[in-house]
Amino acid sequence: MSKRLIRDALNIPSSEITSEVVYKQRRRLMQAALSAAVLPAFTFSSFARGAGYDIPDDLPRYPGPVWLRQKLASAVRNPELSVSDELAPYYHAITHNNFYEFGTDKRDPVRYAQKFKTDPWKVEISGEVARPGHYNLEDILAPHALEDRVYRLRCVEAWSMVIPWLGFPLADLIKRFEPTSKAKYVQFTTILDKKQMSEQRSSFGTIDWPYVEGLRMDEAMNPLTLMAVGMYGNALPPQNGAPLRLVVPWKYGFKSIKSIVRIHFSETMPETSWNITAPGEYGFYANVNPSVDHPRWSQATERRLPATLLNPNIVDTLPFNGYGDQVAHLYKGMDLLKWF
Amino acid sequence: MLSDGKMRRFRWWFIFLLLLSPFILLNSNLLTDNLGADPAKVIVQNLGFWAMTSLWLTLAVSPGVKLLGWRWLMSFRRMLGLYTFFYAVLHLLAFATFLVGWRWDILLTELTKRPYIVVGTLALLLLIPLAFTSTKGMQRRLGKHWKKLHILIYPISLLVMLHFVWQIRSDFGQQLIFAILLAILLGYRLYLKRRSS
Repeated sequence: MSKRLIRDALNIPSSEITSEVVYKQRRRLMQAALSAAVLPAFTFSSFARGAGYDIPDDLPRYPGPVWLRQKLASAVRNPELSVSDELAPYYHAITHNNFYEFGTDKRDPVRYAQKFKTDPWKVEISGEVARPGHYNLEDILAPHALEDRVYRLRCVEAWSMVIPWLGFPLADLIKRFEPTSKAKYVQFTTILDKKQMSEQRSSFGTIDWPYVEGLRMDEAMNPLTLMAVGMYGNALPPQNGAPLRLVVPWKYGFKSIKSIVRIHFSETMPETSWNITAPGEYGFYANVNPSVDHPRWSQATERRLPATLLNPNIVDTLPFNGYGDQVAHLYKGMDLLKWF
Repeated sequence: MLSDGKMRRFRWWFIFLLLLSPFILLNSNLLTDNLGADPAKVIVQNLGFWAMTSLWLTLAVSPGVKLLGWRWLMSFRRMLGLYTFFYAVLHLLAFATFLVGWRWDILLTELTKRPYIVVGTLALLLLIPLAFTSTKGMQRRLGKHWKKLHILIYPISLLVMLHFVWQIRSDFGQQLIFAILLAILLGYRLYLKRRSS
């Protein structure tokens, strides 16, 4: 594993990286202290290690805020909605990110997002709902149990990874806030914070910040649509969209908006960032579709990461990213060439 | 003080190694597993960047000689041009090997569906005759035709610029810098031409 990239990314001099022995000692101490005083029901290691996930000792873990840990640790795998494809190694998932707010290179987010402040966090619920307001993330999550779901993530740039998310169905959240009969669409907004997000300050970007995304109501209510707060048994790393992100596995990755601060219900189709930036290239629906090419490249195949240099690991892209059984009915009668 | 000959040799090695260093650095990063989660993409992009940078440096030679009076620069134009060819060939080979795995069906769709790849390939094809006629012998043999042939470098540079611009997703900072530099390098030549006619 590349310790250097991580070390450089986190700006930790090598002399300060805790040796494994010391680290384990400390962990045992903390574990003892915690289990004695605060959290008798489970051991520290169950969330520090990420239940069942292989997280190498030289890579950073993201335990998340204290109030979230019990929830993360008690997440249960949902086998019906999980795929059996081989998982992307943790290292790949936390160092290869499209989170343009922190830079447009895949390695920028891991470098520049580590100090991103994700707790406390507020989410605004607005528009056509009975219970609008500004809510603490903790209160938003309170009634929801977390599930562990393994999803394929297909980027519009023709690469893909398989990620185990921790989250809960967006449908459950939506029901709690009681959308009115006028609520036909949901729009999501990423935080706007020029101080923390360098690309939002860039003069050469063409995205009009903040990043916005949206779903039709029936897409939002589909059981596959997930609000994620964690991955690999831990909290979401900042570069992966902490503390709250959307995961819509049958759509291109850019629909799965990160670091959400606003959920807005509306009667009309909301604007979405990539659609505003390049309407000929990115539609509102953005369903994974091997037979509709991006104007500048083919979508028929994808590189499943990790790939090695001598084996690019090219696989055929599936309609709806392989989730056709669950979602194809949502688009019955629609011309998917037109509504790409 | 170094003698003239020693100075020249020192300068030659210095520039030769300077332009080779990105390649050495890339290899050492590859061997130490320091290219991130998608090394294939990083390698392809990096080789493309240095092909482009070498080409821009090649184009900077004659303005450098004229404006700064550094006549010695002229003797490095061939080396810079050949470095452009070196990095461009590796760039294409890396793309075909690491990203496409030499799958001909995919190569073919890439060539037809990714217009910037067509443009880049065309630029590389046009570089081939320039690389093969870069020797002193060929220069002598072609005489005045040599210069005519090597005017190709200007359309090539425009194709390369287009190849780069066509890949903009949202941030165009790098593309803007390369475009401004190219505008200066080509604009200066137009200015000289207009003044002399």
